[in-house]
Amino acid sequence: MALDLARWQFGVITVYHFLFVPLTIGLSLLVAMMQTAWVRTGDERWLRMTKFWGKLFLINFAMGVVTGIVQEFQFGMNWSDYSRFVGDIFGAPLAIEGLLAFFLESTFLGLWIFGWGRLSKRVHLATIWLAAIGTMLSAYFILAANSWMQHPVGSTVNPVSGRAELTDFGAVLTNSTAVGAFTHTITAAFLSAGMFMLGISAWHLARKNETRVFRSSMRMALVTVLVAGVGVVVTGDLQAKLMTEQQPMKMAAAEALWNTSSPASFSLFTIGSLDGTQEVWSVRVPKVLSFMATGDPDGTVEGINDVQRASEAQFGPGDYTPNVPIAYWTFRVMVGFGGLALLLALAGAWLQRGGRVPTNRWFTYAALAGIGFPVVANSVGWIFTEMGRQPWVVYGTMRTADGVSPSVGPASVATSMIVFTVLYGVLAVVEVTLLVRYARKGPDPLPPPDEAAPSEDAPRPLAVAY
Amino acid sequence: MFGLALTDIWFLLIALLWTGYFVLEGFDFGVGALLGVLGRDETDRRRVVNTIGPLWDGNEVWLLVAGGATFAAFPEWYASLFSGFYLALLVVLVALIGRGVAFEYRGKVDDDRWRRRWDAVIIGCSAVPALLWGVAFANIVAGVPLDADHEYTGTFFTLLNPYALLGGLTTLLVFLMHGAVFVSLKTDGDLRVRAHRLALRLGVVAVPVAAAFLVWTQLAHGKGWTLISVALAAGALVGAVLLVGRGREGWAFTLTAATIVATTVTLFGSLYPNVLPSSTDPAGTLTTTNAASTPYTLQIMTWVALAVTPVVLAYQAWSYWVFRRRLTRDDIPAPTGLPPRNTRAGARPEIPGTAQEQRAGDEVAEERPEVRR
Repeated sequence: MALDLARWQFGVITVYHFLFVPLTIGLSLLVAMMQTAWVRTGDERWLRMTKFWGKLFLINFAMGVVTGIVQEFQFGMNWSDYSRFVGDIFGAPLAIEGLLAFFLESTFLGLWIFGWGRLSKRVHLATIWLAAIGTMLSAYFILAANSWMQHPVGSTVNPVSGRAELTDFGAVLTNSTAVGAFTHTITAAFLSAGMFMLGISAWHLARKNETRVFRSSMRMALVTVLVAGVGVVVTGDLQAKLMTEQQPMKMAAAEALWNTSSPASFSLFTIGSLDGTQEVWSVRVPKVLSFMATGDPDGTVEGINDVQRASEAQFGPGDYTPNVPIAYWTFRVMVGFGGLALLLALAGAWLQRGGRVPTNRWFTYAALAGIGFPVVANSVGWIFTEMGRQPWVVYGTMRTADGVSPSVGPASVATSMIVFTVLYGVLAVVEVTLLVRYARKGPDPLPPPDEAAPSEDAPRPLAVAY
Repeated sequence: MFGLALTDIWFLLIALLWTGYFVLEGFDFGVGALLGVLGRDETDRRRVVNTIGPLWDGNEVWLLVAGGATFAAFPEWYASLFSGFYLALLVVLVALIGRGVAFEYRGKVDDDRWRRRWDAVIIGCSAVPALLWGVAFANIVAGVPLDADHEYTGTFFTLLNPYALLGGLTTLLVFLMHGAVFVSLKTDGDLRVRAHRLALRLGVVAVPVAAAFLVWTQLAHGKGWTLISVALAAGALVGAVLLVGRGREGWAFTLTAATIVATTVTLFGSLYPNVLPSSTDPAGTLTTTNAASTPYTLQIMTWVALAVTPVVLAYQAWSYWVFRRRLTRDDIPAPTGLPPRNTRAGARPEIPGTAQEQRAGDEVAEERPEVRR
């Protein structure tokens, strides 16, 4: 009972946190690029873009920061046996993330927000770049930690202490899984930020509102989505191959492939029996799965039943199969919504060819809805990768059921679950309302030019304050 | 390294991280909790919030790094502490979420009701963790019921014992005073005067409470040498009260910071070599050795800490330098928030003496988005 609640809580809290993270990562760099363009060209269009997108970025960033604190605490709170078992390995990237990334992010973002008019133009520009670098460093270290759970390298289990111990920190940081996860997550973050900018720009352009600012924004968004989209596909392919090799069960579950096949066909759509153990009807494309998983159209892909048997032989009797319908559908929803985002960007690129302004009604609505596409894809992507690893919390090493806190009863977990759900629900409403209202309002006019000049002691109001 | 065991180095580093956290977030807790008392009108409330505006988030990272370092260096400590203090930490988390969002969002809508709500969140969510951290650390020093597997066997109410509550009251009062001194250091005019008057009054209450807590700590858990840090903590606090009374805010702030440093040193000094003593089964006590990670992990972490910490300290100090100026009423710009949803006949409250009046013309421009193309 406490186990199920703790798992639900981890899922809810982490997916919620990750609603904000990709936008933070993507927008921080895009805003840094806008500000760079302003500093280099002096064109005030870029300054207005920096301020407008910067404001939306900050509304989102605040939520990412505060929900991130819970992330670090909950390992100890709900998963104390997990923490005891993995602390020697898992704690280090977390501590380094704080020291190297969180300080950088928060200090320089503070300097960026309040530094307008107080720092010289170039120093002020450097602060947003450093904050953006901080967000990416943070992503790398936390993904290295997660990747170790997916594919534990550089460590052994010490039979005396009964815990996992670090033997090669370099191996943890250069884990192929971490490289795959980082590149996939970062490109997905840029895709998310690009779709966010695309939707809002399309809405304003359809109203012929601030055309100059939003045409530039739309172009930037389209380039971002198209480049990042190709990156997501390439890195996703890389990850699929790593997954086939490192976690064959997850790949088999993603395809609901019960029996080992060579070549294996890819199913676009399947109706399974209610318990998810049998296929009733499906639409299939021959050989695609073999190609996806192994790079060879006739390659062998292991099926669930065979991996289950192999796992029993290796780890003893038990159920080593994750929830197949969830793995199957989250995988398809992830790929589907990522693909839709890419298609929408292609349509946008076509509509604005040769200097046209896309005011097309269906495109505007599709682009607005498109803000949500990567959000859905990101969320189900994480649900897939975490639930597809079950019953393991550390693949092949520790079961999720063994990681939960023995001293925390179901009442405590239920209490925190209710508290976080209510709090997060309220905050979501506030955050989305603010984002929508600020996005609709559009960019602010610039203050009179003399106020932009940095000066130490002049008796004029601060350029920016809470 | 330097004749110290790696586990001792990490005990020291974690003590340092908590010290940094309490000194820095200590004043922003205090500033937040006193927002209602010090901010008589909207301009002053914004001045109070803006004294910590660019700083609070960087301050809070000290907590995250302290937590991460505990996880990495002493996983058993992290696991027992965080699962054992479950509900207390839940309250702390809710408070930290609340105040973080409140700072960012309070000015986003130009409406009194909106701001009042967020102000209440800032006040409550700053006071509660200021109290709870004292409760938590007093419990850590005094020990909590742990079984032989280092699992916490008490309840939430086990943590609310008299010694711990006195510890909580101490951190609350000292952080409030620290915050009041900070506001007086960072503002001018009437607000500055009110802040150091308030700091003086808080100090008068804080001195006996803190002294009682320090003496109790020393008698029940202290070592010979912690007598020095106890004396320094008490002396610094008395000095701070005397100096703030004379309007020497810079020195008073240095001394409230010194009080927090010496108190944290006393607590960690009394704790060593334990990290979480068991008050029931002695076998359950966690120490710097039985809670620690492997030497290999500690070594890597030590090199990373040695390489990165000086850089972090340098740029964080620089950010304090950038924002060193006192905030005057003229510094506060006109509100930039969205208009309230249901406008009550254009009822934007007039705040005398702010920059708002001079800037009233700008709002006209806001209504015409294309004006500056």
